[in-house]
Amino acid sequence: MTARDLLPIAVFAAVAALLPVFVTSGTWLNFAVFTLIVTLAAQGWNILGGYGGQYSFGHAAFFGTAAYATALLQVRFGVNPYLAFALGVMAAGLVGWIIGLLSFRSGLRGSYFALVTLAFAEVFRVLANASAFTGGAAGILIPLDVRPGNFQFASRAIFYWVALALVVAALLITRTLERARLGAHLVAVRENEDAARALGVDALAVKLSAIALSAAITGAAGALYAQYFLYLDSNIAYGTWISVEALLGPIVGGAGTAFGPVIGGILLHSLGELARKLLGSVPGLDLALFGVLLILVVRFPPRDIPGLLRRRARR
Amino acid sequence: MSYLAVENVSKRFGGLLAIGDASFTVEQGSITGLIGPNGAGKTTMFAIVSGFLKPSSGRVLWQGREITGCPPHQLARDGIARTFQIVQPFAGLSVRENIAVGAFLRHRRRADALALAEQVAERVGLSHELDKPAAALTVAGRKRVELAKALATEPKLLLLDEVLAGLNPSEVRDIVPVVRAIRDGGVTVLMIEHVMQAVMNLCDAVHVLAQGRIIAGGTPAEVVGNPAVVEAYLGHGAATRLAGHA
Amino acid sequence: MRSFPIEIVGEAVLNGLLTGAIYGLVALGLTLVYGVLHIINFAHGALLTLAMYGAFVAWHTFGLDPYLAILPLVPLFFALGYGVQRFIIGPASRGQDSNILLVTLGLSIIIENVMLAVFRSDTLSVQVDYAMEVVELGPMLLGYPRVVGFCVAFLVALLLFVLLTMTDTGRAIRAVAKERTGAALVGINVGHVYAVTFGIGAACLAVAACLLLPFFYVNPRVGNAFVLVAFTIVVLGGMGSVPGALLGGLFIGVVESLSGLYLGDSLGQLGIFLIFILVLLFRPTGLFGAKA
Repeated sequence: MTARDLLPIAVFAAVAALLPVFVTSGTWLNFAVFTLIVTLAAQGWNILGGYGGQYSFGHAAFFGTAAYATALLQVRFGVNPYLAFALGVMAAGLVGWIIGLLSFRSGLRGSYFALVTLAFAEVFRVLANASAFTGGAAGILIPLDVRPGNFQFASRAIFYWVALALVVAALLITRTLERARLGAHLVAVRENEDAARALGVDALAVKLSAIALSAAITGAAGALYAQYFLYLDSNIAYGTWISVEALLGPIVGGAGTAFGPVIGGILLHSLGELARKLLGSVPGLDLALFGVLLILVVRFPPRDIPGLLRRRARR
Repeated sequence: MSYLAVENVSKRFGGLLAIGDASFTVEQGSITGLIGPNGAGKTTMFAIVSGFLKPSSGRVLWQGREITGCPPHQLARDGIARTFQIVQPFAGLSVRENIAVGAFLRHRRRADALALAEQVAERVGLSHELDKPAAALTVAGRKRVELAKALATEPKLLLLDEVLAGLNPSEVRDIVPVVRAIRDGGVTVLMIEHVMQAVMNLCDAVHVLAQGRIIAGGTPAEVVGNPAVVEAYLGHGAATRLAGHA
Repeated sequence: MRSFPIEIVGEAVLNGLLTGAIYGLVALGLTLVYGVLHIINFAHGALLTLAMYGAFVAWHTFGLDPYLAILPLVPLFFALGYGVQRFIIGPASRGQDSNILLVTLGLSIIIENVMLAVFRSDTLSVQVDYAMEVVELGPMLLGYPRVVGFCVAFLVALLLFVLLTMTDTGRAIRAVAKERTGAALVGINVGHVYAVTFGIGAACLAVAACLLLPFFYVNPRVGNAFVLVAFTIVVLGGMGSVPGALLGGLFIGVVESLSGLYLGDSLGQLGIFLIFILVLLFRPTGLFGAKA
């Protein structure tokens, strides 16, 4: 990577790190942490969906697996929370690899891949909801024990910085991928799988690496969610909400670009918050707004907007 | 021992026999042509040699080693590259990035891959188009990108599927020396071609495929004089009619 | 595994068949849209939710029996489906598969959340006096609304079959499904046929919603429960196959009913999802033969 690659990331990290200095309200920090967690999940989706062109509708499977693994390892086995976090991320990566192996080996692409990932997430949701081990429908609580050594902090600002550090790490990983052979191969598979294979690209291996990495990053978001909110149930961990959030950010902000999910995630959540402020807290209104945005972005891709305006001006 | 040997290859699609018991060889360092009328099975044969299809029976030997059914990416690593008749650019990428995908095969570092991509672009005459989106090129330009991507994998054997089709005569004239230079650089070339004049010009040896069978083979001059070949192209009885006119 | 008396199992199978017919009706709309437009409509479940709220409002505000609500809702949903395809999905997708996926996902998010904003997350149901009536079949008791649902679902499928095979519209639809370019060349307005097909799909949902409401509930997420079931049926029956959708519906109804009996309600849907995954992975052209 060159300095030119790193500079925007460094600037973003520096500016974002200053936020808690100016914003001390708990509600706002809470909002910021939540936005960062969702952004991280979206950064994971972007690796597979944005760069690899494999649209998953079930990233909840990875978010939830890491979240449950982190919580259960602590609660049921007394594992150190930091270790539990790392194991959770790995579990998500492994689940991603397995789902990838099953689907990509069968040649599933496009809509079929979207459907099968959705179904996997639902299977996990039903299982987590029914199993006593995961706390069933009542969910699972990580006991409150505020100590830095326990990955629990009295100050929300610290959690904010932890979340930010993970988002920045994901940015660096994404940038490195872009510049590496794997990234070039992944994009080639997205654009034209047969042509890529003819050039020596092992499409299956490339897609498997991508889904494992993608799942691990989205898993990090899930593990952080569990650690921050200290409560999970099957609808939170494996619910469709996170699958949708994970793809909205990149699609709106620019799929297949390093900053796309970050821009999209911040933009969407700011808009949602604004809508709540303006229209009162009617449930669902912010999400309905996201849906409208999604359709608009697909209808009028942002990279086409300058061209559209020019054409209009010429008329 | 032949460099590439196709032995008794057949391919069925359901009830349709696309290739029936076809055998031919390619000598190292040659430009060998595979010609034949539309629907003769040429592209199917290419797909088999390059690993995209498995033959129903028969085998493919390369440097004495059986490669039948090896996946395409493995063959590319071993040194067999192909182009597609219907060009397959990575549409969203620039010409440079397109070629670099091929170059990454033997160069892990991005800088090396990009350097090789530029070098290959120079060889096929794409130096001035490097930063254009591949989708923005003319047909001739895309054919060159197709060629450059395959070349960037640094193959030993290059399979060209109608790289000249769809080009106008002056574009054909421009690209013929490029193909010859590739061979002179040590790459064995097997090409499917429709443009007969170019085949005569370029190829050391030609095999003729008609209705899935190899009906003739030899130097271009021998093949053109072969009545079976004339009939395959122009229809039954054409050879006698032509002879009658002469 | 627990064992049950044969009557209980038989009743579960029959009830599964009854519910399965309505599933089949839901899947019919989905498979028709797939067969003709070659798109996967993610908003299908949300449209069902919308139709169920439509039937609920008809009952709650206008005192209309859900079965009678079929009459106004079918044309309404046909028009809605027509408009959605013509003015939203068609233009926004620009012919790309992934765009269609995203646009229909966007639609489902909008519908679901607007319903949430309007009706809140409460679960609503209608009270009709025949809800608890039963039909006796030998030793087995079958819920009256399910029997009605079964019969009407088959009637609708029959009507659809007649429409597709005997009318000009149907012939145009089948022509477009088989060979879009050819159909356009002989003067069929493909955009119009697409929209009509989508409208028919939505109309099927309106009927299904009215049949479901007397023995089911409605909340903003209710469609989600059906959407994967419907996809499973469509994949099982062969994408685009109308008889496949009905058979698949019956099959899935029985699977759900039996796995509910043996595994308990909370795991009942698991069987469906697993079937779905297995079929997608190993037999994506469907069990009942239709070619993809």
